[in-house]
Amino acid sequence: MSNPAESLYNIRILDEFADKKSIIHDVHPLMKVLTTGAYLLVTVSFSNYELSGMLPLIFYPVIIMTLADIPMVPVFKRVLLALPLIIGIGLFNPIYDKSPMLVLPWITISGGWVSFFAILIKGFLTILAALILIATTGMTRIASALRTIRIPGVFIIQLLLTYRYIAVLVEEAGRVVRAYSLRSAGEKGIKFRDWGSLTGHLLIRSIERAQRVYRSMCCRGFTGEYHTGREKGIGIGDILYFAGWSLSFVIIRYFNIPEMIGWVMMGVRR
Amino acid sequence: MSHHIIQANNLKYKYPDGRQALNGVAFRITHGESVGIVGANGAGKSTLLMHLAGVLFPDEGEIRIGDVPVTKKTLPLIRQRVGMVFQDPDDQLFMTTVYDDVAFGPRNYKLPEEEVEKRVISSLNTVGILHLKDRPPYKLSGGEKRAAAIATVLAMNPDILVMDEPTSSLDPKSRRRLIRLLQSFTHTKIIATHDLDMVFELCERTIVLKDGRVITDGPTEKILCDAELMEECGLELPLGLQGCPVCGTKKPI
Ligand SMILES: Nc1ncnc2c1ncn2[C@@H]1O[C@H](COP(=O)(O)OP(=O)(O)O)[C@@H](O)[C@H]1O
Ligand SMILES: [Mg+2]
Repeated sequence: MSNPAESLYNIRILDEFADKKSIIHDVHPLMKVLTTGAYLLVTVSFSNYELSGMLPLIFYPVIIMTLADIPMVPVFKRVLLALPLIIGIGLFNPIYDKSPMLVLPWITISGGWVSFFAILIKGFLTILAALILIATTGMTRIASALRTIRIPGVFIIQLLLTYRYIAVLVEEAGRVVRAYSLRSAGEKGIKFRDWGSLTGHLLIRSIERAQRVYRSMCCRGFTGEYHTGREKGIGIGDILYFAGWSLSFVIIRYFNIPEMIGWVMMGVRR
Repeated sequence: MSHHIIQANNLKYKYPDGRQALNGVAFRITHGESVGIVGANGAGKSTLLMHLAGVLFPDEGEIRIGDVPVTKKTLPLIRQRVGMVFQDPDDQLFMTTVYDDVAFGPRNYKLPEEEVEKRVISSLNTVGILHLKDRPPYKLSGGEKRAAAIATVLAMNPDILVMDEPTSSLDPKSRRRLIRLLQSFTHTKIIATHDLDMVFELCERTIVLKDGRVITDGPTEKILCDAELMEECGLELPLGLQGCPVCGTKKPI
């Protein structure tokens, strides 16, 4: 926390990545939005017991991050921020579902554990995909892409302001916590009894700050539409990008590739 | 040019929590004037400026820019004429690059992208930070942020510049640079500040606020040299006018 600009809490780093140049960054935002949408759909459509089938899905984020020259570590770290939430969702599966699912010579894995890991992976992949979309496109261009497919302006403003607001909230939180720790005589963490007043304080500060930001936007003629300047039209390459990825996702969905590879290997051996 | 006249009549404003921040403020500022608005903390300076930019609307009284009253209906027009630089540049810089931030205003007015670019480049040039155009604003230094915030406003081509404590949190060198920059502008300038030395250099006219009222309004030299008046309003003489702390001699005015 001592250096907020470097810390985990600096979300704006994603926006900085969005200003890089690469083949992925060049793809039309709308196609990237649609591709991400398709990826999310396919990912969540896997049932919680198809652990092996969903493994190839990891290729999409890895390929994109490599091509877009986005460092993995900072992005992964930010996905981890949401991990407690996902773990919370899957936590009780291993307890409720004890039926054996995978019987290996040395260990028996229950269905509960399989579904727990499936939820974990699904959560991880969906959040990762969303962050990658932001990191390769930028929130403002995503917003204008949504505008072109006639998503009502109100929703888009909500999205943009919420996104901005998260950054504001996190920055204010950083300041409040720093001010607290400077006066708390070297203790680690925040004492439970101080939480109430700290969060209250944080809420008021961030609302006020968000209001000031909003005011200054209005002073420069912001009326609800966001304009991002020059945007190229959709080219054939953009469409191919979307089509290619969608096809791959569908293949991953309907064919259990790891299993097929397994068969092939066994066949070869036999 | 009559449309640059700013006329405030009996402005009253009460914050929702009941605090009467403006209590009958009236003045008239003509084209090209540079006016310092001074007063202690809580005197109502920021509140007054927000009325000028149409961020807040008075409970009573009215404000006119030229012949246009500031109301919700006339806002688009008002906001093109009045450029407001907020006290905290962090509130004003919210895009991912300095360029996009400066372009935000012109793009909202749906200018063609060539025109937007022209304006962005020229505004950044004016404030001297063209080389920072691709940097993320939150990584700039205090002085650079202030310059960027001013550029965002200049890009709107306003006739009137309204600034809330522009020199607060600037180091002496950045402050000096800012004052020179402001001196070079021909806009009508309204500057709320505690920095009386800046007012002395920059504004020929000063309005003193206290508890939401105008205490005096007149030529800067006369007002800022009035030790008694300054004391009464929670201010003090500009440093430049105070005696030398070492030898005690006063500077001639
Ligand atoms: N959002 C607000 N809600 C309630 N009272 C406010 C608010 N902002 C300012 N005030 C009060 O209004 C008065 C004038 O404030 P302000 O215009 O910010 O003064 P200045 O800028 O001269 O320091 C102060 O007493 C302040 O406490
Ligand atoms: Mg103020």
